[in-house]
Amino acid sequence: MKKNEILFGVIVALFLAIAVSPFASPWPDGLEKVAEDKGFLEKGEVAPILVSPVPDYVWPGIKSERIATSLAGAAGTLVSFTAGVILAVIIKRGRSY
Amino acid sequence: MHIPDGFLTANTWIPTWLISIGGIAYCLRRTYQVLKERMIPLMGVMAAFIFAAQMLNFPVIGGTSGHLIGGVLAAVFLGPYAGALVITVVLVVQCFIFQDGGVTALGANVFNMAFIGTMGGYFLYRLLWKAIKGTKGLIIAAGIAAWASVVVASIACAIELALSGTSPIKIAFLAMAGVHAFIGIGEAVITCLVIAFVVKVRPDLIYEPVK
Repeated sequence: MKKNEILFGVIVALFLAIAVSPFASPWPDGLEKVAEDKGFLEKGEVAPILVSPVPDYVWPGIKSERIATSLAGAAGTLVSFTAGVILAVIIKRGRSY
Repeated sequence: MHIPDGFLTANTWIPTWLISIGGIAYCLRRTYQVLKERMIPLMGVMAAFIFAAQMLNFPVIGGTSGHLIGGVLAAVFLGPYAGALVITVVLVVQCFIFQDGGVTALGANVFNMAFIGTMGGYFLYRLLWKAIKGTKGLIIAAGIAAWASVVVASIACAIELALSGTSPIKIAFLAMAGVHAFIGIGEAVITCLVIAFVVKVRPDLIYEPVK
């Protein structure tokens, strides 16, 4: 892939994560709604097993929920890109042994 | 469809963790056998895009929203094994950084979305494409497979909920499959649009299985 194409892909992803995600539907997703309707939602309200830095895609300490969501989106997108590439590189390195 | 901690009991989440570890090891090996140069940045771009797209919940019906899983989308460009790995990367990032999906439930989430949703979806897509043929056929096959992958993944989730005693199978199955039949439409539409665009500009990015 050319550098421009990689950049294009990442920029599209960042655009979605930063500009569009704060306006995503707040309604519960399929599983959550089923859990609500069928009465087992509280089973999921256990104490978190590990402490995550950005729980529920809301960047802590930011007043505006929209900006907090955009920040979370941007961070997650970049981390995912990096993790994907690193994994691929590790696999490729495995090939040359 | 990210299962949180607490929905599954150990009799379910432990086996799914073990299966998923085995499955990921298998995907790593198969990816290593077919890895092409272009797949390295492409795995990054797909992970980034799918992470972002999964944040974009769209309203479906009855106060419910859906979002893309991206399994078939990943597999169409990267093949079933690298595709499954990309979905796994996204799930891991979501679980640990954003608390989306439980840690004990991560095995089940990987099983449902990376294996059933991505690998299963890919094989259905190949089957359909062989039957329909052509570029239009590719897009249609991917769309149908994308829809089916969401529904079947949701059924796997329903089975896990039933095995955990969280919800009886008849109730869980109908409720999950029912709502995901609608969510799957969104998955199919997004998958088709993205593939149609890439096929126009970079058709060589479509994954060809190694003979």
